[in-house]
Amino acid sequence: MIEKNNNSVLRFMTCGSVDDGKSTLIGRLLFDTKTILTDTLSQIEKTSQKRGMTALDLSLITDGLQAEREQGITIDVAYRYFSTGTRKYIIADAPGHEQYTRNMVTAASTAQVAIILIDARKGILTQTKRHTFLTKLVGIKHILVAVNKMDLVDYDESQFTKICNDYKEFSQAIKANNNQAKIDFLPMSALVGDMIVDRGNKLNWYQGPTLLEYLEKVDVTELDEHSALRFPVQYVCRPQDSSNKDLHDFRGFMGRIESGLLKVRDQIKVLPSGHQSSVKDIRIGEMKIDEAIPEQSITITLDDEIDISRGDMIVHDNDTVQSVKSFKSMICWLSETSLNPGRAYLIMHTTRSSKAKISQICHKVNVNTLAHEDANELQTNDIAEVTFKLAQPLIVDQYEQNRSTGAFILVDESTYHTVAAGMILSME
Amino acid sequence: MVTKTLTHLDWLESEAIHIMREVAGQCSNPVLLFSGGKDSLCLLRIAEKAFRPGRFPFPLMHVDTGHNYPEVIQFRDRKVNELGERLIVASVEESMQRGTVVLKTPDEPRNKYQSITLLEAIEKYQFDCCIGGARRDEEKARAKERIMSFRDEFGQWDPKNQRPELWDLYNARVHKGENIRAFPISNWTEMDVWQYIEREKLELPEIYYAHNRDVIKRGGAIVPVTEFTPAKAGEKVENLTVRFRTVGDITCTAPVLSDADTVEKIIFETAATIISERGETRLDDQMSEASMEQRKKEGYF
Repeated sequence: MIEKNNNSVLRFMTCGSVDDGKSTLIGRLLFDTKTILTDTLSQIEKTSQKRGMTALDLSLITDGLQAEREQGITIDVAYRYFSTGTRKYIIADAPGHEQYTRNMVTAASTAQVAIILIDARKGILTQTKRHTFLTKLVGIKHILVAVNKMDLVDYDESQFTKICNDYKEFSQAIKANNNQAKIDFLPMSALVGDMIVDRGNKLNWYQGPTLLEYLEKVDVTELDEHSALRFPVQYVCRPQDSSNKDLHDFRGFMGRIESGLLKVRDQIKVLPSGHQSSVKDIRIGEMKIDEAIPEQSITITLDDEIDISRGDMIVHDNDTVQSVKSFKSMICWLSETSLNPGRAYLIMHTTRSSKAKISQICHKVNVNTLAHEDANELQTNDIAEVTFKLAQPLIVDQYEQNRSTGAFILVDESTYHTVAAGMILSME
Repeated sequence: MVTKTLTHLDWLESEAIHIMREVAGQCSNPVLLFSGGKDSLCLLRIAEKAFRPGRFPFPLMHVDTGHNYPEVIQFRDRKVNELGERLIVASVEESMQRGTVVLKTPDEPRNKYQSITLLEAIEKYQFDCCIGGARRDEEKARAKERIMSFRDEFGQWDPKNQRPELWDLYNARVHKGENIRAFPISNWTEMDVWQYIEREKLELPEIYYAHNRDVIKRGGAIVPVTEFTPAKAGEKVENLTVRFRTVGDITCTAPVLSDADTVEKIIFETAATIISERGETRLDDQMSEASMEQRKKEGYF
């Protein structure tokens, strides 16, 4: 029943630019965990030779689209996979340049751990601050600061210690307005392969875990049984099968547990209507279970016949959460088309949506200096504190409390493009 | 504090169910692409877990090149019958009769023309979403694919104009004529698929298991001898024990040498294998480094 770090999934992201050796790091991780297959390797060998390189260029492993190969850059988030027997890993590989803030936010939205790469020769740069701010903004609770290219500073311990201290100092400074993340430090060389999967023999002064050991052990379980139940209804199953008496009146409410636990016979209420009932049974497919845990997709039936549809939220009956029609949030503007504060947009939140208008742009955040700046409009990659007025009530939590019910996206109602990502700060 | 975590298969299954229910909740006329292959069989199992005891809120559709192993077609029809769901067969040969698919040579592989037939079916039935079994680990161009991937009126995938996809908030809204390709098992690897098949005891077409077959060794690949792929003059036909790792159009799907005749043995082999699925068995992806990307831009899955 209780499984800890056993065959679970860990999602992490890597923050850095090509110059920091990010692609080499991912290539190394996949190569050393024996995830790269022969035909891929031979293609990489061919390309390495074509570009006049003598050694195998591991960064080519993560080289994706033709357009990117032509320009030698990464323009989008790529997802990579490897598995160790302890865990299955999903890597979100996002470009780190300033003009790709939106890709970083996208990658961070599903990551539990962020690896922030620092070039040992250069130390903390503006981009380090940007990456740290963004990962904290999107609520990543585990940050691994990986000081790469140790081979180019003669594996000097004092250089590593200095970078660690600089980082701690500056991360203290920005902690005030954000949740606490656990920060760890690791010296390494992705190019040579020191401290990625193997320890190597040059960093003997470092006693901590290798990168892979860190990933295998990091405890990312955030939600426990004291978290409030959030079960947004995705779909209602009404077979109305007249040939089968059992099925004729069957009404199953389908969705995924976003937080908390749901047990058979629990007293629940449905929001926004407030109707109450109790849980008759819980199933996954044809299998009945007594208790559902976060991230499980389930079907439940209730003891009473009450009206429930997609977009409703099921919570425990003693929960005091209420629907809101306005809130304050941080948003990241993703679209090439600027925000027009006069327009209405569509908010998609859990399985519910609502028309929304911006009532105020409080300020925007300069991702390099973290200074607040006045703003009347927002452009691609801008991050800003914004308040919204909603046409329909939503059942929300603070993003810091609940990543699923605190997050939303903004959709342009004429193009249907996703134009912004939002994290709820407070309900008003 | 007691903490509980889902195993990786439970997590992947749950994510896939969630994605399928989002399609059902957001789209007005979706369809699930079913070929009889192992990935689409996982999709069917997930659809059962997502929607039973109700009916699937979508029909199934097979884009048939006309060059399929008869065992696979029989299996496909039997499976659809067991499920009691509706199957639409969109035929590349009908597109050829209509003149919308024109082969350069009569024996040209038809895989790439599936795009045209698929787009014709989307238009005919007015589908706003196609659920497919593509995985991000299959090929580089797929590593950047969204779970809900937007295609314009011409079915084109524009890698530079994809909708950002954050958290698990999927935006499946489209205008008339546009559509979404939804990939519920995006985050699965080939190994995950086999482990899921084992856990759920899913039945597969027999050609996935080791069997004896007449083949020719041609340029590093093993080519099955069939009516569509006869031996060329001077080639030696051998009867070898092989299995298929992917099942598709006969002219571009090659088997591998293997004695694995059970799922357990296939998993063992997959764990030990050193050649990736597409490189080994998809004769059409080896052409150029960018071939998948090019085909997706043209409307392919």
